Amino acid sequence: MSGPNKKGMSLEKKHNVTGWVFLIPATALICWMSFYPMIKAFIMSMQTGIGINLTFGGAANYLRILKDPTFKQCLFNTFFYLIIQVPVMLVLALALASMLNNKHLRFKGLFRTAIFLPCATSLVSYAMIFRSMFANDGFINTVLRGFGMNPIMWFANAWTARAVIIIALIWRWTGYNMVFYLSGLQNIEYSVYEAAKIDGASPVQSFFKITVPLLKPTILLTTIMSTNGTLQLFDESLNLTNGGPGKSTMTLSHYIYNTSFVQSPNFGYAAAMSIIVLIMVAILAVIQMKVGDER
Amino acid sequence: MNKGQKIFQYVFLTIVSLLSVFPLYYMFCGATNKSTDVVAGKLIPGGYVAENFKALLANQDLARAMWNSFRNAVILTALALLVCSIAGYGFEIYHDKGKDVVMTLLLTAMMIPFAAIMIPLFKMFSTLKMVNSMAAFMLPTISTPFLIMLFRQSARSFPHDIIEAARLDGLSETGIFFRMFFPTMRSTYAAAMTITFMNAWNNYLWPKVILQTDSSITMPMLVANLLGGYTVDYGMLMLGVLICTLPTAIVFFCLQKSFAEGITGAVK
Repeated sequence: MSGPNKKGMSLEKKHNVTGWVFLIPATALICWMSFYPMIKAFIMSMQTGIGINLTFGGAANYLRILKDPTFKQCLFNTFFYLIIQVPVMLVLALALASMLNNKHLRFKGLFRTAIFLPCATSLVSYAMIFRSMFANDGFINTVLRGFGMNPIMWFANAWTARAVIIIALIWRWTGYNMVFYLSGLQNIEYSVYEAAKIDGASPVQSFFKITVPLLKPTILLTTIMSTNGTLQLFDESLNLTNGGPGKSTMTLSHYIYNTSFVQSPNFGYAAAMSIIVLIMVAILAVIQMKVGDER
Repeated sequence: MNKGQKIFQYVFLTIVSLLSVFPLYYMFCGATNKSTDVVAGKLIPGGYVAENFKALLANQDLARAMWNSFRNAVILTALALLVCSIAGYGFEIYHDKGKDVVMTLLLTAMMIPFAAIMIPLFKMFSTLKMVNSMAAFMLPTISTPFLIMLFRQSARSFPHDIIEAARLDGLSETGIFFRMFFPTMRSTYAAAMTITFMNAWNNYLWPKVILQTDSSITMPMLVANLLGGYTVDYGMLMLGVLICTLPTAIVFFCLQKSFAEGITGAVK
């Protein structure tokens, strides 16, 4: 860009330069706040030691991950949440959205607002609500007792604790994804559905033959977003169950946080684990995009 | 659709709606009742809110946390909207091969988990002596690929005729952005504002790492602190949760309509 002076620049060139000026602040910030720390994390993952006394250790941290039972446990937990929660939530969100897209449905606004409402609560807040509802002496157990059933110690057992986390996640995020589907559905001409109806298609048929194929880009977007979010799960693990009982509900992000900032900080090891999370997120995103591209 | 299917639809939607609202109703009842009543499963709003509020004030610095959260979220939202919208507009209106490559690169940043860059960011800010500063809290989330993408998508529907006409009228490129794009894209801005404000207000992991003094506490941190004691006062806890939820709920209700419109414009 070596225009001799402003007047000598062609209009096109001037616009080109303006364009770059417009996107420089955002681009520079992402480079400084995401890419640069990413490279730093990679370098750090090759170092070993406690606190700030780090020495080069090569792949030592990565080898340690292979032998770390806590990492394996957290990896299992994170994927367990992913495999159960993401499909259930997205199917539910899609079903709700296509019901709410029905022109003749009454109280549409009321249903939509109610279902989206959980998204207005902060992650810490809803963790607290579910924690107190499912507490040993909490509301759910009081209800169970009222029905003459035995109370369940939700947070004392690994599987029930995981179930609470999944229930809480579905409660918090279904409405959020539903809004994306509703928006996508508005771009589909309603007459398509009416034509299908005249041709004798059942609601279920038009859901699978019209809604799902036309919503593919939105489904892809929400799948990638929720996969990403679940792999990075932190607040719920910390505030709802504190990883317990033992480490049976702890997520990878929670373990990385504990390794970095609780007790004796081991930045190198934490960085190596976070590189593994990055690789998993990237691989899953690529797979999902590949699957989403097939028609 | 036959009658049975119709009834099923209403029943299903009603059940899901009730399940969605119930925990929030539970929170509201909890905030207005005594801790022992909350535990006993009382589901009628009570008259204990003043006592819970007093306990909360005695326990935590509520005013400071509120102020910090508000200040951080409002300034961060304003900066994020400005930086990302001008970038999204730039990527779309002046797009060429070079800029498209940069955009693709930026989108890959979406995949970077925050846990992965948290430690280097923390170290960087401590070298810069910025730990506990508002700037350190905000800088990592001002520019996000998601917002840039949202604005770029909506700029696609911005008519080029308007730009040409404005240029003929002698408006500068920056002038076109601020005077033409900004006012017409109100619903996209509303959607972006809702998302950014909620994320900023609710962010917990990063402030927990970077804001370590009592004076920089935010609302989600305050709520988490309420669990710290030996016995949990559920009434006080639920009131804290309610107060922490109100601002995002208000923002959501005010912008709900434009939020849906803005997202619709973006996923086209």
